[in-house]
Amino acid sequence: MLSRIAESLFWIGRYVERADGTARILDVHLERLNHLPPEEQRSVARELLAVMGARPQSEEFGLPELLHALAYDKSNASSIAGSLGAARENARRARETVSSSLWECLNTTYYGLNQHRKDVVGTYRFCNWVLERTAMVRGLADTTVSHDESWLFLVLGRSLERADMTARMLSTRDVLSAGMSWVNMLRCAGAYESFLRTRRAAFGDQHAAEFLLLDRLFPRSIVYALRDADECLAKLDPSAQRVGFINDARRIVGQARTFLEFHRTDDLMAELPEHMDRVQKAVTQASDAISRKYFNQADELAWVGEVS
Amino acid sequence: MSELFQDYSEAVARSGAYDEMFAPGLIARKSYGQVEDALRELSLADVSARAESMARTFLDRGVTFDYAGEERPFPLDIVPRVIPADEWETLERGVAQRVRALEAFLDDVYGRMSVVSDGVIPRQLVTTSAHFHRAVHGFEPAGGVRVHVSGIDVVRDAAGTFRVLEDNVRVPSGVSYVLENRRAMAKGLPEAFGQQHIRPVEEYPRRLLSALRKTAPSGVDDPTVVVLTPGVFNSAYFEHTLLAGLMGVELVEGRDLICRGNRVYMRTTAGEQRVDVIYKRIDDDFLDPLQFRSDSMLGCPGLVNAARAGGVTIANAVGNGVADDKLVYSYVPDLIRYYLHEEPVIANVDTFRLEEKEAREHVLDRLDELVVKPVDGSGGKGLVIGPAASKDELDALRRRILTDPRGWIAQPVLQLSTVPTLSGDKFGPRHVDLRPFAVNDGDDVWVLPGGLTRVALKEGSLIVNSSQGGGSKDTWVLSDSPQLPGPDLPRQSISVREQVSVWPVESNWRDRQSEQEQQ
Repeated sequence: MLSRIAESLFWIGRYVERADGTARILDVHLERLNHLPPEEQRSVARELLAVMGARPQSEEFGLPELLHALAYDKSNASSIAGSLGAARENARRARETVSSSLWECLNTTYYGLNQHRKDVVGTYRFCNWVLERTAMVRGLADTTVSHDESWLFLVLGRSLERADMTARMLSTRDVLSAGMSWVNMLRCAGAYESFLRTRRAAFGDQHAAEFLLLDRLFPRSIVYALRDADECLAKLDPSAQRVGFINDARRIVGQARTFLEFHRTDDLMAELPEHMDRVQKAVTQASDAISRKYFNQADELAWVGEVS
Repeated sequence: MSELFQDYSEAVARSGAYDEMFAPGLIARKSYGQVEDALRELSLADVSARAESMARTFLDRGVTFDYAGEERPFPLDIVPRVIPADEWETLERGVAQRVRALEAFLDDVYGRMSVVSDGVIPRQLVTTSAHFHRAVHGFEPAGGVRVHVSGIDVVRDAAGTFRVLEDNVRVPSGVSYVLENRRAMAKGLPEAFGQQHIRPVEEYPRRLLSALRKTAPSGVDDPTVVVLTPGVFNSAYFEHTLLAGLMGVELVEGRDLICRGNRVYMRTTAGEQRVDVIYKRIDDDFLDPLQFRSDSMLGCPGLVNAARAGGVTIANAVGNGVADDKLVYSYVPDLIRYYLHEEPVIANVDTFRLEEKEAREHVLDRLDELVVKPVDGSGGKGLVIGPAASKDELDALRRRILTDPRGWIAQPVLQLSTVPTLSGDKFGPRHVDLRPFAVNDGDDVWVLPGGLTRVALKEGSLIVNSSQGGGSKDTWVLSDSPQLPGPDLPRQSISVREQVSVWPVESNWRDRQSEQEQQ
């Protein structure tokens, strides 16, 4: 398939998952933020923005600015509106490849972005709406697109972004240390009930973090998401080598996953910041490597002026 | 604000009740300051839009109760009921005291009955109670606790004094609405949360689970807890699913259980699994066809014998209904003095015992001024409010009292306190009660900060039961001091933690690759 199309699909997967994860984080943390006195609210808003990988534009950064930056800022692909816009733009470029229902779903979502009040109550509804729309995108992608190479790129993007988003959910623990931080982490990931069922009476930060980081069966856990990505990469490049990997992306994803999966520790909480940092780095590096291997046509074909 | 609270003070004056939000002259009480500020910012359109969206969320989430075979959302009003810290401190003490007294009472009536031999209450009172079950006489339940969960209904009279209206120590329900209401309010009226410290309610399921596990039969290391539900047609089924989900335990029906050798097992795909603690949400009458109603399909034969043998903990214990009996209720202040040697923290509502001849004659003369209740009723069933009843109803009531005086009590009509409640296009005062929930793990009685505030949605109505057109309000308990972060979560340690490094040194694949390309 065309590299350009593959790249679009990869980024549709990533952007939609990013919108979904950001909406989940915002929904849960907005509730907490709202209960804080204004002074603390401002500092926590900054920290939350930092977890999402952005820096405040101005000195005066409070709740309204946070909502703008994470939810409504169309010019920034790390906000919900920005990533859904970018996903739609990518789908438009690959319209003949994606199924029409998938394209329509993304397009309708894009036009629905403006229909929400941008205050706190409106943002709750906005987040809910985003969760519904992204679930629909995922469902349509899984049921109306052949599970061929193009779909693999979509799932690859989605899985990598999911690992990244779960890492951010885990990092929010430091932002709101007072109170029930682990409940919030789990609710971000929609994992609360699943966690309770597997853990019986063992609650706490440590167990919750372990669940989101290492659980082999929960689809939003980092290990699970990285394994998904790994499998997609294996299917995309089936050339069976007897030794090693030519593919950098596979090595990066595989190393990160196996390190986590086989790592043994007595103090997970102390190591958590490093784990999160390395997972996010691995996702970035893997994404770069994938771009270079599969989407890099433009670079290689670049015309270089020769001095004869 | 002004349009929403039009005519409010006249309506309060008309009802003669204590208003929780406003002191006379429409001056908001201190605890309601922030709620008032938040409401003042809102227009009628805002308030109705939010109320509607809250109702829709409830329906979407399945927060319903079953009314005449139909699922209905439990109406949640947008104005919370706020309890200041000092008032809550009293309530908390009073509720815990009552639970301890009832626990001691139940232990006594199913044992030595010294409360009778010491002349505190007549023997007949206990033995004629419909819920005094001889089947559980003479043994201490495994774990030693009978009242694991209780809901003590409290009201506020016209003078603003809290009084206990009734005790529920069988199967108190409604705690799921406490949890759901808080979630809905956090999104429905976020402005009112900001400055003040409202005590959280979300730890309830964990407290309950730890109390249930703590009272498991001795010798079990990792007890298995289940919630026993009568099934999907029960009016509180939503609550059963929510609690089982939040505790992460199985929700079982009677047919999932099996008793053998005085132990209880549940049928699972991995074979039979031992059950150690049953959180029972079934009425005693249906629990065990061997002991109670033999036609019951909801229970499991052999449970009572298993409990007697100490093979399983049933929470709440079988036979607790005798403490719920409204005639026993009238003796609870005496029971508190007898068992705990303390004075009651919260008073009862004055109650006439109709089996006493003088009281009966007095009551029959003024039936039209009193509330008459059946002693074993719940949910407002069978209750007659004198001033609102017709002459025929009163005559019928009189005949029933004369045939069965043990079955009834009478109380003066209380003007329950009011809270502003959205009705049509403005707020009106509506009567409320309060059901705080307490969890007893044997060592300590923990009272959930808050509880279920039920509200009668019709103007002037005093019946708050959901089955009779009642709704609910989120209940906020304020705390003076902010909640301190737990000692295990020091924020400063973040920088220290970043020092820890367990990952291998990053491989510089980028550099290596560029080297390869150059070669």
